[in-house]
Amino acid sequence: MNRIGPMRHRLGIATLAAIPLVVLAVFFVLPVWGMVSRGFTPDGHLDVGGVWDVLARPRTHRVLWFTLWSAGLGTLCAVLLGVPCAYVLHRLDFPGRGLLRALVVVPFVLPTVVVGVAFRQLLADSGPLGGWHLDGTAAAIIAALVFFNISVVIKTVGAFWEGIDPRREQAAAALGASPAQVFRTVTLPALLPGIVSAATVVFLFCSTAFGVVLTMGGLRYANVETEIYLLTTQELDLPAAAALSVLQLLVITALLLVSHLTRRDAAAVDRAASVGRRPRPRDLPLLAWTALVLVFVSAPLLTLVVRSLQVGDAWSLANYRALSGTGERSALLVPALQGLRNSLEIAALATSMALVLGGIVAFLVSRRPRRAALRRAVGVFDGAFMLPLGVSAVTLGFGFLVTLNHPPLDLRSSSVLVPIAQAMVALPLVVRTVAPVLRSIDDRQRQAAASLGAGPFRVLLAVDVPTAWRALLAATGFAFAVSLGEFGATSFLAREDNPTLPVVIYRLISHPGAENFGMAMAASVLLAATTTLVMLLVERLRIGSIGTF
Amino acid sequence: MYRQTFRGAIGAIGAIGALALVATVAGCSSGPSGDDSKTVVVASHDSWAMSKDVIKAFEKKSGYTVKVRPSGDAGELTNRLILTKDSPTADAVFGIDNTFATRAVDEGILADHEPSDLPASAKDFVLPDADAARQLTPVDYGDVCVNIDDTWFAQHRIAPPQTLDDLTKPAYKDLFVTPGATTSSPGLAFLIATIAEKGEAWPDYWRKLLANGAKITAGWSDAYEVDFTAGGGKGDRPIVLSYASSPPFTIPDGADKPTTSALLDTCWRQVEYAGVLKGAKNSKGAEAFVDFMVGKKFQAAIPDNMYMYPVNTAAGLPEIWAKWAKVSPDPAEMSPADIAAHRDEWLREWRDLTSR
Repeated sequence: MNRIGPMRHRLGIATLAAIPLVVLAVFFVLPVWGMVSRGFTPDGHLDVGGVWDVLARPRTHRVLWFTLWSAGLGTLCAVLLGVPCAYVLHRLDFPGRGLLRALVVVPFVLPTVVVGVAFRQLLADSGPLGGWHLDGTAAAIIAALVFFNISVVIKTVGAFWEGIDPRREQAAAALGASPAQVFRTVTLPALLPGIVSAATVVFLFCSTAFGVVLTMGGLRYANVETEIYLLTTQELDLPAAAALSVLQLLVITALLLVSHLTRRDAAAVDRAASVGRRPRPRDLPLLAWTALVLVFVSAPLLTLVVRSLQVGDAWSLANYRALSGTGERSALLVPALQGLRNSLEIAALATSMALVLGGIVAFLVSRRPRRAALRRAVGVFDGAFMLPLGVSAVTLGFGFLVTLNHPPLDLRSSSVLVPIAQAMVALPLVVRTVAPVLRSIDDRQRQAAASLGAGPFRVLLAVDVPTAWRALLAATGFAFAVSLGEFGATSFLAREDNPTLPVVIYRLISHPGAENFGMAMAASVLLAATTTLVMLLVERLRIGSIGTF
Repeated sequence: MYRQTFRGAIGAIGAIGALALVATVAGCSSGPSGDDSKTVVVASHDSWAMSKDVIKAFEKKSGYTVKVRPSGDAGELTNRLILTKDSPTADAVFGIDNTFATRAVDEGILADHEPSDLPASAKDFVLPDADAARQLTPVDYGDVCVNIDDTWFAQHRIAPPQTLDDLTKPAYKDLFVTPGATTSSPGLAFLIATIAEKGEAWPDYWRKLLANGAKITAGWSDAYEVDFTAGGGKGDRPIVLSYASSPPFTIPDGADKPTTSALLDTCWRQVEYAGVLKGAKNSKGAEAFVDFMVGKKFQAAIPDNMYMYPVNTAAGLPEIWAKWAKVSPDPAEMSPADIAAHRDEWLREWRDLTSR
């Protein structure tokens, strides 16, 4: 190898890393900095004292504590409930599996306003579960958090689990290990990076949950996110909002550090494509568990379907027919169905951006450089792209307004901001789905391919892509789902002539009138159906691809 | 050797990335900007709704194209405009109400503009402050009032409540639901109504209200569509905070009388204003649109589209409104300046009272 080789190599890596970094800098760091710096300099000069006062308020401590424990508990429950489902839906093969896999993603895309109403109709004292008296309690908030995020666990862990070679487990079993021993000593260690990845993402989603906390908690609970929202949009108390944003960043950084340390020692895992096996009698407890989770997930969805089919006291499809219009008394600026079209177009754009950028990030962070300093740099690089998940959508949304307002970056009224913002949210999920799989590839495979004369691109195609193929498809589906369901940043940036379906639903539900309410329900069912369909399509692609390697 | 495997891959992915970036940038520049002088961009609250015919009438008459940007509730709308006052994204604003008017004027986000033919009946709603009067034009108003389900009270043979004080009585325990003051405009209006009525003692009133089982929800639709007995969700609370204009919506099919009514002794009057933004790219167009909003055509369409009452009484009201959606003869009063001076402090105290 001559001297130019390594130089060119480093330059290539740097160029590659620069692409997502520039995007991150412009569409995340700059806006957040814009808002935080305004908070720190209320009268034009630095005032750290004001920020410190906010951090010292007892209310801030209560809010921080609630954020941590509600997000922690929500994550724990989602993992405990979700991991067995990931096994059943990704390692077992039975009729209807594809449909179930697609259905579990639905909660993830539904707007919180609608699910909040659906949940509350179940839990309110007058509802079918009114006897439990959960309405307005922390338990209701946690349940809703689990509802929204369980699909992240099932999808991320499932995609990881699917690729683990079952022969190791079979060997352990053949050597006399009990199923519990096999799980503890073979499966779990191999699975851990996937679980940690999923848990990190879920924690970030839970700790920035906003609609759920307000709606389910009846305003009695506040987390850092709801506090930032109220301080920014209602009180314009920017120093306080900035203080909380910084607090949020610190918490996330600590979390990412822990998560990174846990994953760091993960060993390479033998990977093989498994088609899944038929369920056996001893899978019964897991199947029952999965069935229970599915009942939990589908209960609020059924409420939605039932409500969407009711007009007054009669059954009718009128709510669905009304979707071609603009609602009772022009509640909408464009027909509701236009929202679906916009959503699909924006989602396609956002998904491609997230896949390209996320693919690059995943590829880079899955390398294991020999030099310690470089390894640390990779860790920081990895963490940086997780930050958008953990920072308030309000801070980011207002940040866009105050920073992207000068040419050449006067993008505030540009339609491209919506897919970009959504791609920033989807990107970490792409990285978290793809990187653990790439990382678990034994580097000697690549070296072997290279020594057999394969060019670099060929190596990527022959080793990385086949192994990560399922993960990439899962990531595609996920990015699409994120984009379809994203509401926080979208509601800030979407324009009146191209609202997404969740924005349409939000407008419908906040305008008086029974017809608007019915339409909001019907539009939510439509969003759920579209998501299911898209997920099924992705699943089909995946099945078709198995024969190729 | 292992390092060599990178180069091609980097080239390939780099190329894709660069393409994506180019596509992105191309997307930015080709997006319609709406900056030209033939477009009027109107920032509005989320409750904006207006029939296409009315907007078309304006576009035809003036030659401008109207673009409406819903930007949150009255509070969020005002604060967004304050944050972007150095380079506003809109030309005109509609939806700043009397609880946020003073803040908007103090922050200097508005340019002076008074429609020459402001109807006489609208003059009652002009803000008392001279600067504010020059900048903000009243467009519509509405009363936020406690509503009750008359059918429920008749069935249960309980005398319905009438005043704010009644809501704290044991007879009405666990019967009242209201959207919160921090997350909902009507919720804020109700808080102000109680402060106007109770003065310094308002926190005591709220403690009693909560002790009597008042339920707080995040938004209006939550309260009305989930918890209210006469709402879509057939809830279990027959007293809800809503608008004086809500009862006509509860007239059952085939009947001619609503099943709910508004308690006119519990109301706060919300007035919504329009104005021209300072630094607007199309001030002329913005002025024309504000003038149009107080004209008869727009005013007459307000009740059916925005559920508010037109400031121009000559515009008239729909028949069922005249009959079943009367406004309060004597709504709670408080000056916009008082509200601006204390709102944050009140909201903070209210938040501490109602959350843990």
